[in-house]
Amino acid sequence: MSEFEYASAPESKEIAKIAASYDLFIGGKFVKAKKGKSFDTINPATEEVLAKIAYADKLDIDLAVKTARSAYTKIWSKMPAKERGKYLYRIARILQERAREFAVVETLDNGKPIRESRDTDIPLAAAHFFYHAGWADKLEYAGVGSKPKALGVVGQIIPWNFPLLMLSWKIAPALAAGNTVVLKPAETTPLTALLFAEVCQQAGLPDGVVNIITGDGITGAALVNHPDINKIAFTGSTEVGKAIARSIAATNKSATLELGGKAANIVFEDAAFDEAVEGIVNGIFFNQGHVCCAGSRLLLQENIADEVVEKLKKRMSLIRVGDPMDKNTDLGAINSAEQLKRIKEISNTGDAEGAQRWSAECKLPTKGFWMAPTIFTGVSQAHRIAREEIFGPVLSVLTFRTPAEAIEKANNTMYGLSAGIWSDKGSKILWAAQKLKAGVIWSNTFNKFDPASPFGGYKESGWGREGGRHGLAGYLTSESKVKK
Amino acid sequence: MIVDGSEKSLKDFLDDLPPVDQVGVEARATMLATRSIKTTSKAWAIDMAISMVDLTTLEGADTPGKVKALCAKAVRPDPTDLTVPSVGAICVYNDMVKVARAELDLIGGKHIPVAAVSTAFPSGRASMEVKKQDTLDALNAGATEIDMVIDRGAFLAGKISQVFEEIKIIKELCGNKAHLKVIFETGELVTYDNVRKASFIAMLAGADFIKTSTGKVAPAATAPVVLVMLEAVRDYFALTGLKIGVKPAGGIRTTKDAIKQLVLVNETAGPDWLTPSLFRIGASALLNDLLMQRMKMRTGHYASANYVTMD
Repeated sequence: MSEFEYASAPESKEIAKIAASYDLFIGGKFVKAKKGKSFDTINPATEEVLAKIAYADKLDIDLAVKTARSAYTKIWSKMPAKERGKYLYRIARILQERAREFAVVETLDNGKPIRESRDTDIPLAAAHFFYHAGWADKLEYAGVGSKPKALGVVGQIIPWNFPLLMLSWKIAPALAAGNTVVLKPAETTPLTALLFAEVCQQAGLPDGVVNIITGDGITGAALVNHPDINKIAFTGSTEVGKAIARSIAATNKSATLELGGKAANIVFEDAAFDEAVEGIVNGIFFNQGHVCCAGSRLLLQENIADEVVEKLKKRMSLIRVGDPMDKNTDLGAINSAEQLKRIKEISNTGDAEGAQRWSAECKLPTKGFWMAPTIFTGVSQAHRIAREEIFGPVLSVLTFRTPAEAIEKANNTMYGLSAGIWSDKGSKILWAAQKLKAGVIWSNTFNKFDPASPFGGYKESGWGREGGRHGLAGYLTSESKVKK
Repeated sequence: MIVDGSEKSLKDFLDDLPPVDQVGVEARATMLATRSIKTTSKAWAIDMAISMVDLTTLEGADTPGKVKALCAKAVRPDPTDLTVPSVGAICVYNDMVKVARAELDLIGGKHIPVAAVSTAFPSGRASMEVKKQDTLDALNAGATEIDMVIDRGAFLAGKISQVFEEIKIIKELCGNKAHLKVIFETGELVTYDNVRKASFIAMLAGADFIKTSTGKVAPAATAPVVLVMLEAVRDYFALTGLKIGVKPAGGIRTTKDAIKQLVLVNETAGPDWLTPSLFRIGASALLNDLLMQRMKMRTGHYASANYVTMD
């Protein structure tokens, strides 16, 4: 009997029309970077160059912020709220219409499996615009007083793990609340943001309401430090988040920071094991583990630990690693050589500190950046791999004896973004959810997102919330606070 | 012996099984349904699915003529293409077993087993004496596979040992003459926890196969139900070293549906189960869709329904 091998089932690249080079999107037009510098964005699965991207420096950012300010004062702040909502609806519909194209570009630029960009990233991005479109003319119910006002010009910096989705988390609420934006996508994944610029044109969005500038960390810092920015919204590492907090201290700028995490995924003895194993896999291997809320610390009740680990290893052997464009791929490429190096560095401390490494057997492609799904057992709170965010497909497995100990270990971290609880007992779930210090808690599921649900962290996982009414409020102020 | 057959030992065993989370198992089945099976793997899957079909007719209007026609179809599903494998079995009521066996033997289908539905199929509402006689009739007529139904009433009333005992009795009648498939009618058991429990009761009582449904009640072989049963045979194998087969029946009508079932098998019980001796699909209309898809793969275009035989 021959085995049921799945023949390759690649999504077509033809639908993605990627230009050879991209300029900055300022004032509704693509404009050249003033100094003419550029950088390449590559496909991390093949290391092929996808496009040349303009590199924005201080002068370009100044132009973008000035353009956004003028669009805010002259057009966007004067437009009736209902009209603003119409633009958001239009953007949402265009994203749905062009979903396949966006999914392909996202996968090529980011390395994530096409199944995920097609079924998760792009539909959720459209959902964020639909959700916030509805808010545009109902801001007085957002909880910031009866006459809420926009903040003005918002600088937004997004990460490379969910490029279009993070863009939508940032831009949709900002525009619904009446702000204009200057957004910087990550250096390794600028393409869907630039494609989104085309969507803004297609939707007839007034020039300058959305500006997209591309570059690296220096570009980001210049945006943060621009004096005419009213708010910074950042998603990324805790390290950079702290730097932003320092640089905006003693200014009038407000900030939302979505930072790192080291989420505990707690499996109690009375859990549905098969579904818990699915949840563990989804928690850490979804998007190659490049997820700030990934369930990267598995806490197993000691009396079921061996059984669950055995089931988990069997399940991990089924994970299909490889070509992200193949519709059957479960785990794609690591986003960059730099990230792969970082994942390996921290993982190696696991070996050095005496944890037991196990990786699923899989053939990794020779080109591109790859990492087999990996778990470490025998991990304790004192291990670096139990404390630091790895941001890759690497799971640390710890055990606990009692529910109280599970909570204590789960909370014993500098982070507090998310947590998972697996139990068939409702009372235990509610009890644990009350005790866990994390912004998002999933029970009997993991990595579920909805635009109506606020997302954000405790402690070093960040400030503020994104999504829902709480996220929207971060882009509004009550009238009394506005400087006359 | 894992259980001694007493109510208590069965209950203890079943209570130790982990629960099934409805949302989680349905999400897993939905995800596996997105697998894209193309080209060479699709061709392989179509032939595998054909060889797994339990070609079924279970109508009050069944006649010898109808059953004989079905036998011809079972042996040579596509008379214009002899590379098409024959099906897994013919499945009929016990009074048609003799006709089916004789016809198959006559037309070159000696290798195709005849399965008989039994134990007062489909409701299972009869005395044990009747159920035994039903099974004996089928065995005497030459059935080598018995598809019995469990007593859902007893199961839902909590009389687990009664369900267990009935299966054991029928298994003893089958002896080494026939394979026993145990039908749960999952549409009447309703919850996934019940499906998992029924699976283990049947396996512990000696089932060779566990089967979703009679085909007379909807919903029948839904993907999550089959997934739970595949997990059960996988776990039972880990526990005992015995490989028990799975047979979804009812509602699988298209090639797409059948391939989704094979994906569930491949990624749950594992590739060892991808054989007609461990996985069957109870169906009637499915076979023609498989044949049409096979023709399409060979010729590159779809033929009209008149190019496959109607029986």
